[in-house]
Amino acid sequence: MSGGDSQLWEVFVRPRRGLSHVHVGSLHAPDAQVALHHARDVYTRRQEGVSIWVVPAAAISASSPDEKDAFFDPAADKVYRHPTFYHVPEGAGHL
Amino acid sequence: MKSEVSTADLVEYLLRLGDDALVTAQRLGEWSARAPEMETDIALSNIALDQLGAARLLLTYAGEIEGAGRDEDALAYLRADHEFRNAQLVELADEQPELGHDFGVAIAKLLCLSAYQQPLYQRLCSSTDERIAGIAAKAVKESAYHLDFATLWTVRLGDGTGASRDRMAGAFAVVWPYTYELFETDDLVARVAAAGVGVDPSTLREHWSEVVGGVLAMATLDVPETSWRPTGGRTGRHTEAMSYLLAEMQVLHRAHPGAAW
Repeated sequence: MSGGDSQLWEVFVRPRRGLSHVHVGSLHAPDAQVALHHARDVYTRRQEGVSIWVVPAAAISASSPDEKDAFFDPAADKVYRHPTFYHVPEGAGHL
Repeated sequence: MKSEVSTADLVEYLLRLGDDALVTAQRLGEWSARAPEMETDIALSNIALDQLGAARLLLTYAGEIEGAGRDEDALAYLRADHEFRNAQLVELADEQPELGHDFGVAIAKLLCLSAYQQPLYQRLCSSTDERIAGIAAKAVKESAYHLDFATLWTVRLGDGTGASRDRMAGAFAVVWPYTYELFETDDLVARVAAAGVGVDPSTLREHWSEVVGGVLAMATLDVPETSWRPTGGRTGRHTEAMSYLLAEMQVLHRAHPGAAW
């Protein structure tokens, strides 16, 4: 039980119906079922969620910090992509 | 109160339920900062808090109907070992001979206990005593999770490496003789069961054997065999481990009565 067989899992919790799963942190577990249990115990102790996803951290392909400029900067001066001319209806909280 | 059972019977029955939960909480609490992994540490502490929550409700109720002015603290901290009514199973130290402190024993005890508490609370949800039914309705969901958690680890350790399998088998060998006491029946449970207030634990045995047997099979472990069936917890006869447990649990309150933080 040294934890040597554990792998890293990323945890996503959906706070309530209608919202998306949001990354809340990571944990160690030997398999998916244990990871789900651990996630329940570590991240939803205070009724934070109605649904949990756990994903092996190794299965996540992430954009590289080195490519940040090439990836994101070109969007910086394209204000026409922002729908600023719409009126957001009242009551639509999560656009 | 609608029940037809005597006050003394009801208090006694509530102490059995409440002391099982209280002593379990104290034992599990010993794993704080000592569990194999941080995640397991939090899980065991969560389960301990579930048990403590049920214990507080049950002991508070016992104190109220007893009418002698004892609250949950008085019942938890100021009774001596022979006044506790928990089964001996829950007071056992989480230790194996020659191994010392052992996670496997904690898991084996939790499996055996939660496979008993879960159907017990399920049945108590329809107790004619509304207060007991309410407490059971809260506790039954927690018990289902405890059973799930203990099942998960029993299977992984039993059907794991050679070393983990040996330890898990050893843990069940330690725990098994003490499981029989959970299902013992006596005049008291017969009376509270007849009034629809409580449950005769002997009626839970068959279901328990199926559930625990199924988990052991999944874990590739044999059902232990034993002819030694220690008993006495329900009448206040406890193992040596109980006195040490109470000493640690009660020392602060006895030294500083009413201490709070």
